[in-house]
Amino acid sequence: MFETSILIQKTVLVMVVFGITLFMAMYSTFAERKVAAFFQDRLGPNRAGIFGLLQPLADGVKMFMKEDFIPTNAARTLFILGPGIAMFVACMTGAVIPWGTSFTGFGLNVPLQVADVNIGILYIVGFLSIGVYGIMIGGWASNNKYSLYSAIRASSQMISYELAMGLSIISIIMLSGSLSLREIVAGQTGFNWNVWYQPLGFLIFFICAVAECNRAPFDLPECETELIGGYHTEYSSMKLGFYLFAEYINMFISSAVTATVYFGGYNFPGVNPDALWGMAGPMVLFTKIIFFIFLFMWIRWTLPRFRYDQLMHVGWKGLIPLAILNMLLTGAGVLLFSK
Amino acid sequence: MLTNRSKVVVNKQMTFLERIYLPAIFKGMGITLRHFFKKKNTVAYPEVQREFSPVYRGLHVLKRDEQGRENCTACGLCAVACPAEAITMTAAERQKGEEKLYREEKYAAVYEINMLRCIFCGLCEEACPKDAIYLTDRIVPSDYERPSFIFGKDLLVEGIAPEQRVDVSKRKK
Repeated sequence: MFETSILIQKTVLVMVVFGITLFMAMYSTFAERKVAAFFQDRLGPNRAGIFGLLQPLADGVKMFMKEDFIPTNAARTLFILGPGIAMFVACMTGAVIPWGTSFTGFGLNVPLQVADVNIGILYIVGFLSIGVYGIMIGGWASNNKYSLYSAIRASSQMISYELAMGLSIISIIMLSGSLSLREIVAGQTGFNWNVWYQPLGFLIFFICAVAECNRAPFDLPECETELIGGYHTEYSSMKLGFYLFAEYINMFISSAVTATVYFGGYNFPGVNPDALWGMAGPMVLFTKIIFFIFLFMWIRWTLPRFRYDQLMHVGWKGLIPLAILNMLLTGAGVLLFSK
Repeated sequence: MLTNRSKVVVNKQMTFLERIYLPAIFKGMGITLRHFFKKKNTVAYPEVQREFSPVYRGLHVLKRDEQGRENCTACGLCAVACPAEAITMTAAERQKGEEKLYREEKYAAVYEINMLRCIFCGLCEEACPKDAIYLTDRIVPSDYERPSFIFGKDLLVEGIAPEQRVDVSKRKK
């Protein structure tokens, strides 16, 4: 009896998290177009529904209606696998993020986290690095030189920026003394956020997150001008849709991780995360997430793309030494002022 | 030096602040944020229509006078003035009982403008001694077939009812 109720609880939670993730990604595509338009003194899509709110649906229908084309010389299995991996990996990472403390009501007390893995942050870093396989496999299987270039760029970029990201996370782990995301958040009550102790770490982490999401100014794998879309040049219909969608899910998850690890997750001074049946926590977290998604877009519509050598320069000669320095300083700080 | 616009190329090393990119990035983000809250330039076209300039020359109209009689007497001056030879007409004599339709004894039985030939120069309007033809702020609609671009009197002459009249006061000097 006990196990069945756990199973039902978790199933419902998984569905809700999955649904919200897809919903957020869907409306991120809309928000991206709106934000881009506003930054460029335009209005953006406003015809489908009021304020254009039905635009994502229209886009989805359009994607489904397109011809699903597979080039003759493409490696068929891998070609189909590519977007699948990208989408699957993007959806998996939401599992370990603590969306709130716990839902109370109707005689229930459900922790708002799908899986409280005690190595939550490693799980996320691990899945983010699998994410590049979707791009790599898709780009390689397309049997197109541009796509191959893009795949190579994507993988080298991922490798370069994952290092700095991992190093900046180590500093957080040193502060919190735990790899579990729930404990990392629990240690940041009120306004006691990690970002105040790790401003440099946050900067490095966020830059790397932008790079991992393949978003401008690090969108070299799909740069329109040189690679004509890069890894998704040969893709059409919903396979292309999956790639584009996975990017937005990744952005949502990256924002969620940034908010969780550096900005106190569901904590906010003056807001009790247990209030309103435990729904106040998720609301706070989502406000932060939406802010970070906006920040992602803001950066994208401000900055031009880095050149490839600049990208490598920033990654290897800039961020990694800085992250190591940050790690050493944090270590010294923890040693001197240990709680 | 022909002009004084030439620039001397300097291979200047970037300063530290320039090399870490961040100050420039924040400056750029400030600029984009200002644009975010700026007034938008978009004109929501079908609902909001931008006013044309008074000198705009679009689809022609054949005017009627206050009593609803056609002004045109088929003198042919517009056709002669037309550099693109877009205007053709056939004149006819006004019969008894048609005084309410045509202002003078002669009128245009057929009056056609080929909108594909027309260059919208406005010389017909300038040539007209009878205040009959004007270019308006309306746009010639697009179409698939060439014959449909030959506009006859059915499309050119304005209606008699006050709401069907075409306002050309801006074109009159």
